[in-house]
Amino acid sequence: METSKLTGKRIKEYLFQGKRFDGRNLEEFRKITIEKNVSKKAEGSARVKIGNTDVIVGVKLDVSEPYPDSPNKGNLMVTTELLPLSSDRFESGPPRFPAIELGRLIDRGIRESKFIELEKLCIKEGEKVWSVFIDIYPLNNDGNLIDAAGIGAIIALKTARFPKYDEETGRVVYGEFTDKKIPLSKDIPLIITTHKAGESIIVDPTLEEEDVTDVRVTIGGSVNGLIFSLQKGNSKELTIEEMSKILDFSEKARKKVFSEIERYLN
Amino acid sequence: MTKEKNNREIVIPGEVIAKGEEYLPGEGTEKIGNEIIAIKYGLAEEFNRLIRIIPLSGVYQPRNGNVIIGEVENITFYGWVVGLDAPEDAFLPLQEVPKYVSKDGLSDVFDIGDMLVAKIVGITNRGIDLTVKGRGLGKVEGGIIIKINPSKVPRIIGKEGSMINIIKQESNCDITVGQNGLIWIKGDEIENELLVKKAINFIAEKSFASGLTDEIKDWFEKEKNEGKRSKK
Repeated sequence: METSKLTGKRIKEYLFQGKRFDGRNLEEFRKITIEKNVSKKAEGSARVKIGNTDVIVGVKLDVSEPYPDSPNKGNLMVTTELLPLSSDRFESGPPRFPAIELGRLIDRGIRESKFIELEKLCIKEGEKVWSVFIDIYPLNNDGNLIDAAGIGAIIALKTARFPKYDEETGRVVYGEFTDKKIPLSKDIPLIITTHKAGESIIVDPTLEEEDVTDVRVTIGGSVNGLIFSLQKGNSKELTIEEMSKILDFSEKARKKVFSEIERYLN
Repeated sequence: MTKEKNNREIVIPGEVIAKGEEYLPGEGTEKIGNEIIAIKYGLAEEFNRLIRIIPLSGVYQPRNGNVIIGEVENITFYGWVVGLDAPEDAFLPLQEVPKYVSKDGLSDVFDIGDMLVAKIVGITNRGIDLTVKGRGLGKVEGGIIIKINPSKVPRIIGKEGSMINIIKQESNCDITVGQNGLIWIKGDEIENELLVKKAINFIAEKSFASGLTDEIKDWFEKEKNEGKRSKK
């Protein structure tokens, strides 16, 4: 059930006082728990929990043809399936707008940051390159799926190992892993979504809060303050002051989240 | 079924609860041949050879006379379509509102997105009919709405309202519990409303335990002390 108008009004009133229903600050994240290598068959995987939100991200590698416009670069593909088990709002079937958008947001954040050194994934120019597939599966949706998926994606990429590649037959031998890791750059893109509810700017909303937010801004950036990607969601507008506040909030949140997940990044 | 009286047993759909002609099927059960079979997941209970199941989960099953909380989803020429968070929507006809409503003014009385407390007056194959004639029924204003599993509603209310009265006393809030699992909480302060929300979730989580009414008193004591400490 969607959050009712009445509850929404109360949430906004409370946010205006600087308080949240679960007792957090406006710029505070819920507890983040991370589990690495949850899947035995995937090349890399991670399970990220932010509060009650629970997401599994898997990385799969395959050898395929490069795209004509990037003959010497590997391919990157991010797909999301919003599983019906994770929320009463998701239905099975072909992906709809929210699922496609979530995939695109993570894709853009990772691609534009040049986090994966796609040039190094080339086997033979114009013929064979490695393809990286990132699959996102939410197990429980209690708001802020985007950030959870973003954290999951970078950790899954960090843990991923190449499978054995048989050069004679040109096939990938799944199930046999090598020690080689995906070539990654040092600039880690952390995707943080900031929301505006009423007059207040918040990060990491619960599902209830997410229902009443007017504007959503997703920013992919590094801890040093570099911004790689930016997308605004929902239909309301923002003033310049609000936008600078959002940038400020997301940078603070990014530093805090990074310090929490840093130990999983090795 | 070889078990003592008052000994409740967890059953799953399809399970044979009892064999024999002397047993009668009650709520959540079906008689096939001379076997009583569960059609719901819940606790099986026997009373005077009548076997019934107290469901532990599942969607709301509308019943005549139930007081529910619903959300206006649509306005038609003759009334309002009300969502109950159940498989079926309900309908509130114009004549069931205790005041004059002009044909153009339906949205002034209840607009889309408004929440209302209503009573089910009829369940036909055409649908579920509601009324807002009666004490305590009508539009809800202010406060918050929370949702719990409808099968937990009896626990929240308690024996003859014992549980809900404790919560009301301790928190100074108005609480209306809809049989469909929606609960409306209104207090002077948002903190009190949130305390009720926490208490109700606590009960819903512990709904299997016995002696909950005493436990909830201690729980409130504890919560209030903690609240005082954090204020200091």
